[in-house]
Amino acid sequence: MRQISPIFKREFVGYFRSPVAYVFLIVFLLSSVLLAFFAGGFFRGRVATLESYFYFHPWLFLFLVPAAGMRLWSEEKRSGTVELLFTLPITTLEAVIGKFLAAWAFLALAILMSFPMPITLAYLGAPDWGVIISGYAGSILMGGAYLGVCSLMSALTKNQVISFVLSVFICVILVLLGTSMFSGFMTGFLGMPVAFADAIANFSYLTHFDAFTKGVIDPKDVLFFFSLMGFTLFLNVVALER
Amino acid sequence: MIEVKGLVKTYGTKRAVDGVTFTVKRGDILGFLGPNGAGKSTTMKMITGFLRPDAGTAMVDGIDVTVDPVAVKQKLGYLPESAPAYPEMTVEEFLGFIAEVRGFRAADAKRAQVDRAINLTHLAPVRKQSIETLSKGFKQRVGFAQALLHDPGVLVLDEPTDGLDPNQKNEVRSLIKNMASAKAVILSTHILEEVDAICNRVIIISRGKVVADETPERLRARQPGARLDEIFRTLTHGDI
Repeated sequence: MRQISPIFKREFVGYFRSPVAYVFLIVFLLSSVLLAFFAGGFFRGRVATLESYFYFHPWLFLFLVPAAGMRLWSEEKRSGTVELLFTLPITTLEAVIGKFLAAWAFLALAILMSFPMPITLAYLGAPDWGVIISGYAGSILMGGAYLGVCSLMSALTKNQVISFVLSVFICVILVLLGTSMFSGFMTGFLGMPVAFADAIANFSYLTHFDAFTKGVIDPKDVLFFFSLMGFTLFLNVVALER
Repeated sequence: MIEVKGLVKTYGTKRAVDGVTFTVKRGDILGFLGPNGAGKSTTMKMITGFLRPDAGTAMVDGIDVTVDPVAVKQKLGYLPESAPAYPEMTVEEFLGFIAEVRGFRAADAKRAQVDRAINLTHLAPVRKQSIETLSKGFKQRVGFAQALLHDPGVLVLDEPTDGLDPNQKNEVRSLIKNMASAKAVILSTHILEEVDAICNRVIIISRGKVVADETPERLRARQPGARLDEIFRTLTHGDI
């Protein structure tokens, strides 16, 4: 596991060697904050919370996380550097973890760059810091769970467009499973028992993110996000070791 | 130093490498010849642990690559075909990354290794330049520097002189020759003159099989008076 740190470092700094990092950070911040302002009613609500900011994250991540993760392995495969990487003395697991952590750290940076918003809240009112911190923790954890899917899809193809489209597709499914529209369809139209619909909804990002935005950090939700990451990264290793 | 035993690799229905066996000792420069698609690169990829062989194995310094690939990778320097590198990094950053992965973590040890590799391959004028802006010759040298960085006992070079101009080819050849006495070197090529210039052993591979394994002199003696490319054509005529 010693070899994770040079891989992590190269990958993380790598985002900033190209315009990718700056474009991503600016678009992420603009879209997340503008959604909170105009669609979420950040000021209109007259309540000192970030709920309107976090509310859109599952939907925003649907496109932005695949954009950050699609290059992880596809680019290495396309340019042939994967051959260089895997003839260096590292294991596949170390490479997968190092790259994943770098992308996750980058994503966390993008999320945390919204720090002027809680500062504004503190200036205008008296926000509950516990709720804000749990919101950030939930958002970062959920971002990691999205990213695991994207990293896996990226390992399956050397084409970044395919990698992006597949990632969006799977993430859409994992979001929609948790919507009330879908559970209504399951229980109403298909006539399935409510318990079954709830069990299906348990596989959704939405279901597990919700509590975080209300200030509740449930170990079950944390475990869900970590196990999704673990599972996708395991498959990622399998996909790379043919 | 390198022992290759019965390597087999099949892609779909095509047997790319079909029971390749040979050994390379310290001080040997082995020229690995064959038409395009004969299985040279695939064999090298199995020796370096990038591809898993379907059967057979390769031993480097007594370590089996199918059992402990990471230990073999530590001992090897490998220049993949067309010298892939991260284009957005500068030469120095890239070699620094390789040095860290190779275990030179302390700043001064890292700098020493990077400087040594840069001097050996004459990369000093471009060390602060990003790799994507380099000419083909320089890119090839970056790949070389990366393979040499940890001063490995075994070097595997896939077409090291491909795409270089005659002066650069000469330089790369003398570089290989100068350090070969303490190393075991395998280099693949389809340039026959290269074999004459630097190799003390030749293996010709055709349709995944070894069809000749001898010194360049012995190879010449097969058809006295014939040019090397004629002998090559006779040996690999089935592979068209």
